[in-house]
Amino acid sequence: MSRIEISHLTKTFGKTKALTDVSLEFESGHIYGLLGRNGAGKTTLLNLITGRLFPDSGEITVDGEPVLENDRALSKIYCMTEGSKYPDRMRVVDALSWSAEFYPNFGGKYARSLCKKFDLNEFQKIGGLSTGYTSIFKLIIALACGSEFVLLDEPVLGLDANHRELFYRELIENFSSSQRCFILSTHLIEEAATLIDRIIIVKNGTILLNEDAQDILESGCTVSGPADLVDRYVQGKKLIGSDKLGGLKSAYLMEPCTHVPDGLTVGTLDLQKLFIQLTNA
Amino acid sequence: MGFAEEKPIYLQISEKIEDAILSGAFEENTQIPSTTEISVNYKINPATALKGISLLVEEGIVYKKRGLGMFVAPGAKERIEKKRRNNFYDSYVRTLVSEAKKLGLNKKDLLEQIERGFDDE
Repeated sequence: MSRIEISHLTKTFGKTKALTDVSLEFESGHIYGLLGRNGAGKTTLLNLITGRLFPDSGEITVDGEPVLENDRALSKIYCMTEGSKYPDRMRVVDALSWSAEFYPNFGGKYARSLCKKFDLNEFQKIGGLSTGYTSIFKLIIALACGSEFVLLDEPVLGLDANHRELFYRELIENFSSSQRCFILSTHLIEEAATLIDRIIIVKNGTILLNEDAQDILESGCTVSGPADLVDRYVQGKKLIGSDKLGGLKSAYLMEPCTHVPDGLTVGTLDLQKLFIQLTNA
Repeated sequence: MGFAEEKPIYLQISEKIEDAILSGAFEENTQIPSTTEISVNYKINPATALKGISLLVEEGIVYKKRGLGMFVAPGAKERIEKKRRNNFYDSYVRTLVSEAKKLGLNKKDLLEQIERGFDDE
């Protein structure tokens, strides 16, 4: 069991506060969804975890060791980000061999089998890959890196529906057999919703929510029906938001719906709705 | 405005397995797909798949063979049928009657349609 511990992390860029007093834990055996609107501080957090940025204050440790300028701690973390660090003229197959040099647990055979599944030509130069295939190339390295913690920042950017589906399947299969920790930072909440088992919502540089995904979604509900009936029902209840379409209203509650009167329909609370309601305004 | 999903995913998983048992796709004493196979197939977290399967274990519909996996329990089909018969009123009849009332169909109209449903079979 490996663990990343983040305590009282603060990071500013000039006058902008990117993160304020963030404390979090990540453990192996979980897939975390790191969610937040544009500019919430997700990428800053990932860059701090991987030691690419220095915090103003606070500390990050991996299995008790601080990450800053500590190769042993950092070798347990792999972070896939938007940019690519590989030279454009390098071929995919050579990049895979190089990765094996940097990551002692790199699965070379597994990486090549993934290239086949995604129809990625191993002999193509990295600079010549399309947007989608650049993402696929980076995803393959992330899946095969063998690190205890795999951080994925917008992993499916530019991937078509078929490749996204294939990636999600490979992710689940990889997770099932390795029990390593995956941290998914994404805007495609609906697609990630069923994959993750922990939800972390970042808003304006602070942690708004950090919960077990099943627990939180099951503890909430949606009631829909005529607006006046819905309004009467939700009075005094933990309302997080609502939508209206003419005289029809849906209300999102952070508590189970009990004793619902006739004329109202009850449904589950979905992650996208929860996210939008909590991060609006 | 979204469409509310009616049920949590783990319940949908256990119902899909039950459906497969009822249809005969998963026979008694044969192995059901593993948690990994189910979670990969539906692209869901293995913990969710496990929760769905655990529910079936609690109800005696599947059982665990150590080191092998999950198997359909003897009598599972009858157990599912019995459970669903008990839930039939809440799951179907109540919604049927409430929809009929909404449309101004009375008891007699509804009974006629039910008879027609049986005759069409």
